Amino acid sequence: MTLPPIAFQALMAFIVLNAILVVVAYVTLLERKFAARMQSRIGPYYVGWPHGWLQPIADALKLMMKEDVVPDAADRWVYNLAPIVFLVPCLLIFATIPFAPGLGVADLNIGVLFFLAVSALEIVGLFMGGWGSNNKYALLSAMRAVNQIISYDLPFIFAALVPVVLAGSMQMSAIVGAQAGLLGWFLFYPVIGQLAFIAFIVATLAAENRVPFDILEAESELVAGFRVEYSGMKFALIQLAEYAHMLGTSFLGALLFLGGWLGPGPAWLGPVWFLLKALVVFLLVTWVRWSFVRIRVDQILAISWKLLLPLSLLLLMASAFVVAFGAGHGA
Amino acid sequence: MAVARTTVEVGYGGGERLMMNMGPQHPSSHGVFRAILTLEGETVVAVDAVIGYLHRCHEKLGETLTYVQYPTIASKTDYVAAMTSELAYVLAVEKIAKFEVPKRARYLRVIAAELQRIASHCLWLGTWCMDMGGALGGGATVFLYTIREREDVLDLFESLTGARLLYGFHQVGGTRYDIPPGWDAKVRATLDHIEQRLHEYEAMLEDNAFFLVRTQGVGTISQTLAQEVGVSGPLARGSGLQWDLRKAEPYSSYEDFEFRIPVETAGDCFARYRVRMVEFRESIKIVRDALAGLPDGPISSRPGVKSVGQVRVPKGEGYSRVEGARGEVGCYIVADGSPKPYRMKWRGASFSNLAVLPHILPGCKVADVVAIMGSIDPVFGEVDR
Repeated sequence: MTLPPIAFQALMAFIVLNAILVVVAYVTLLERKFAARMQSRIGPYYVGWPHGWLQPIADALKLMMKEDVVPDAADRWVYNLAPIVFLVPCLLIFATIPFAPGLGVADLNIGVLFFLAVSALEIVGLFMGGWGSNNKYALLSAMRAVNQIISYDLPFIFAALVPVVLAGSMQMSAIVGAQAGLLGWFLFYPVIGQLAFIAFIVATLAAENRVPFDILEAESELVAGFRVEYSGMKFALIQLAEYAHMLGTSFLGALLFLGGWLGPGPAWLGPVWFLLKALVVFLLVTWVRWSFVRIRVDQILAISWKLLLPLSLLLLMASAFVVAFGAGHGA
Repeated sequence: MAVARTTVEVGYGGGERLMMNMGPQHPSSHGVFRAILTLEGETVVAVDAVIGYLHRCHEKLGETLTYVQYPTIASKTDYVAAMTSELAYVLAVEKIAKFEVPKRARYLRVIAAELQRIASHCLWLGTWCMDMGGALGGGATVFLYTIREREDVLDLFESLTGARLLYGFHQVGGTRYDIPPGWDAKVRATLDHIEQRLHEYEAMLEDNAFFLVRTQGVGTISQTLAQEVGVSGPLARGSGLQWDLRKAEPYSSYEDFEFRIPVETAGDCFARYRVRMVEFRESIKIVRDALAGLPDGPISSRPGVKSVGQVRVPKGEGYSRVEGARGEVGCYIVADGSPKPYRMKWRGASFSNLAVLPHILPGCKVADVVAIMGSIDPVFGEVDR
């Protein structure tokens, strides 16, 4: 590679950003097909032959052509800015994810920390949307959002830190490197690995606002929650941000627990393996989503503070203990 | 602009309250119900229920349509369980006119009513889970499963009457249609199918901790409250009242059949769910027995009419009540000897059941409001009439 580093990174960022947008669009199709199979339906079928392959494109076009409605009572600045503030962190999280050794925007030495910090920022856009709409449903949803995300970011971070402790590094590529070998994935790490993965998945569900933790959207109570007043392209941006966040978290899960790009075959298959593993995590979350009913806001908080947080904290301490006394991978 | 902004007042802990409209246009208002909720944070402190958005002057219609015409319209009161509303009307007319109903017709009525109960409970289970689980979640999955089973039952009704939602199956003196050839075999196959699926639903819901925490101990109706408000059907039986008109005052040959009345004492959403799940199975059993023992003979005690005014009922009045899918459906008719009733009055099961809402909603969370609404299973065609 003869490009100067800055130009290379700019090029990578451009490629990753656009690739992510395409993958996100098709992840929605994947989810719809998957859900349809669970519900003994076919799912999108007619737009694009075969099996509705052009459906995401058609959806995007439709949303772009919709009228952009701004409620009279809305706080225009906050309302209009919210989708962007929501979208930016959701796309920024891909910056530190390496898709193969050396193939990524920036393989920071604090990659995991960056990911966790940036993904926690999405709450700002969410709350702005709920508050700026000046709609009671949206307001209730925004309050729930703050409650829920604050409660679930802690277990999410603690669960994500378990592999970090085991690998002894916050650099994503180093974490993958630590998982080399047969059954080297942190998912197969005795007891701690499995429990941490479960805690990670549950916290992921909550952080992504998926059923059973989708009290923000809660369309049977709050109609559509914080995005009830959004339409057209702004709605599309919010939707895009949600799915991008979901995909990003799936990549993180695959990276932390499933060995990232490690897999049989030549090295160039790495990104393919990584994508497949991320999709497995994504489908796991989707599977849960389409089989459970939503729980109540107080129950969600109780699960977080009484069960998930102590569990993840305990796991973190246990992994630190294991590493400190010599049975760990790294350090 | 400034005015609109001041209307949003929210605060946890303080005295600030938020008035929120749930309905009449709302994803889980089950039609057009408007609940004006007063919230403190997420907790409901007061509820003001507004009904009447679906009022179609059914009782006045009953006075302007003849005894031949109205049964078809009667099915439009409770459109989810149309068979039982028709049955209530024709039973009231037959009571006044002292029409004899052939045994075969009475059995056919039982079969239709019980199949209707199965179809109605299918819709209830699906929509209720959708209330709790969301149109973009597990609730939608249950909904699509149960609607698939309801579809099978509606197919049976379609081959029986030609209609899928509003049947016009009953007529004064009997039924309008006899079963087509091969229908009973189709019914048996469908019932076997549904019975097997019920196990799937129970496994999916009752082994699911999230479903249990959303339903157990939520929306408890005490036995006293149930009696004071006058709820009926699965609500009353979920609150420990052993009351089922099919047993208490059997009509249309229900006395010929063996079945159990499920009673739960907890009075919460889960108890009402259990009652309905058992009712599914009991209905399946009744339909099987009725098909096995279906007597031969005419299906109506009077010949077909050539004009709509041909059925005349002597002066008198009568009240009939049947156990619908949602509870006690009553029809009161005052006849004056003409081909039309002088006055008619409906007692909708959903109307009385809905009256319990303001008693049990305060203190609940917003999310519970939709769960409780769904467990009451109101149909607003029947509430507003």
